Amino acid sequence: MITAVELGLIYAIMALGVYLTFRILDFPDLTVDGSFTSGAATASILIVNGTNPLIATLLAFVVGAVAGIITGLLHTKGKIDGLLAGILTMIALYSINLRIMGKANVSLLGEDTLISPLRENKLLGTPTSVAILFLGCLVVVGLIVWFLRTDVGLAMRATGDNEEMIRSFGVSTDNQKILGLALSNGLVAFAGALIAQFQGFADIGMGIGVILIGLASVIVGQAIFGQRFIWIAALAVVLGSVIYRLVIQLALNAGLEVNDMKLISAVLVVIALILPQWKGFSKFANRIRIRGKATTNQEIKEVGIDA
Amino acid sequence: MLEITNLSKTFFPGTVNERKALRDINLRLNDGEFVTVIGSNGAGKSTVLNMVGGKMRPDAGSVRIAGKDVTKLADHARAKYIGRVFQDPMAGTAPSMSIEENMSLALGRGTFRGLASGVTKNKREQFVEELKSLELGLENRLKAKVGLLSGGQRQALSLLMATFSGPKILLLDEHTAALDPQRAALVARLTEEIVQRHQLTTLMVTHNMEQALRLGSRLIMMHDGQIILDLDSEQKAKMTVPDLLHEFEKIKGAQLDDRTMLQ
Repeated sequence: MITAVELGLIYAIMALGVYLTFRILDFPDLTVDGSFTSGAATASILIVNGTNPLIATLLAFVVGAVAGIITGLLHTKGKIDGLLAGILTMIALYSINLRIMGKANVSLLGEDTLISPLRENKLLGTPTSVAILFLGCLVVVGLIVWFLRTDVGLAMRATGDNEEMIRSFGVSTDNQKILGLALSNGLVAFAGALIAQFQGFADIGMGIGVILIGLASVIVGQAIFGQRFIWIAALAVVLGSVIYRLVIQLALNAGLEVNDMKLISAVLVVIALILPQWKGFSKFANRIRIRGKATTNQEIKEVGIDA
Repeated sequence: MLEITNLSKTFFPGTVNERKALRDINLRLNDGEFVTVIGSNGAGKSTVLNMVGGKMRPDAGSVRIAGKDVTKLADHARAKYIGRVFQDPMAGTAPSMSIEENMSLALGRGTFRGLASGVTKNKREQFVEELKSLELGLENRLKAKVGLLSGGQRQALSLLMATFSGPKILLLDEHTAALDPQRAALVARLTEEIVQRHQLTTLMVTHNMEQALRLGSRLIMMHDGQIILDLDSEQKAKMTVPDLLHEFEKIKGAQLDDRTMLQ
């Protein structure tokens, strides 16, 4: 169970990246499946070749950011639909990731990684490591909340909220989308690098379905904890990621196999999306509809607040 | 302040749906002039506004603001000169952001947006002062999400946001049309006060002839992509709505005759 929480906390950084695009920019970005592996591949290859693991992990962020910029350019300058732009980058990254690693997987056994201090001191699987990882997540949440309250952060939120309006105040929404995608995929690749170090290897297939894990964390977390303020929304994503891992763990304990995990993720996301629409679920529905980033004026009218 | 020269625009050229939205329009607004624009549907009123705002590019002609040619600039690139209020009360604000955050977005018009805090104590004091002028009590609800405000409140806020950061031109696109009569009157009154206070050069499209006569210092009537009537404040003061309708019928009739002859 504690391992599940640890995994949840590392994946939370990826989910925070998904939060930036999915909620803040209102952009469904599938680049994530490719950039997660890119981060893992970059960091692993660098670490195997003797680079300091911290520098290797930071460089993974940069590689992810570049992937995000490419999706952003395809979408804004190339006028390609957002979903398709993400898919194109994701597919292209598969080949690039193989090039980076040179083979389908890279082992980090015996290498010095960011996780090895925890491993060597036998802290993995203990509350101490959970506390350390949670603290790390808090730092990332803090940075995101700070950023979203700066001038440029406000412009980015407005880009996802009312594009026409923020353009009329002199903001290039194209640039905001590219920047948002870069930060988001940077975080995703950063998380990929950490996961590779945590599990001891990078694998070409490790990014498949990661977007679903991210979406599940964002939707489940914010359905439960709401998103009244930015910091609640961001913290909810972290908790959502942990809850997701615990649900997966319970499903595994109940007899499902590791191979069923993608199916479980998909079902979990579908439930999280459909359940709030049911009338009997109005308490949760209100949370999502009224506080929600996706709140439309039409919906507000229907709920009757506009009176 | 605003110079529109030989502006032309044709939609769907070369197809059966071809429509000449603007035919060689010339218009010059002096500093501080408040022009109301009326005309039937499809007369080209909104197209003129969209050309000035940068949402559409003309086929020919140019738009100059304060001497600078902005014809080729994208809408966001010329936004530092132009404040806009749209017909839809929901269009001018970001619903899931708070009132103070929306004000901060507006204050940043045309400036570089970096990593400085979006809402500071100083800015907040300025926002409170500005919001007080609306007399809607919004200054006490700085942290409320704009999506929770009524249509009238949102349109008043949009108007304030479009004007308080010092644009050179104010474009109003039927901005009272979607409101109930009471709210429309409120927003119209606020418009008058704000334009007066900031001495803004304003172009206001409206369907309401009474409003077009009452507000502003000059009136323009458009029909079929052309300016068919241009009244200065003196002529405008003498006009009544029936006069205006009569004038419209007269000019429109004459023009239709011309065109039928040409065909």
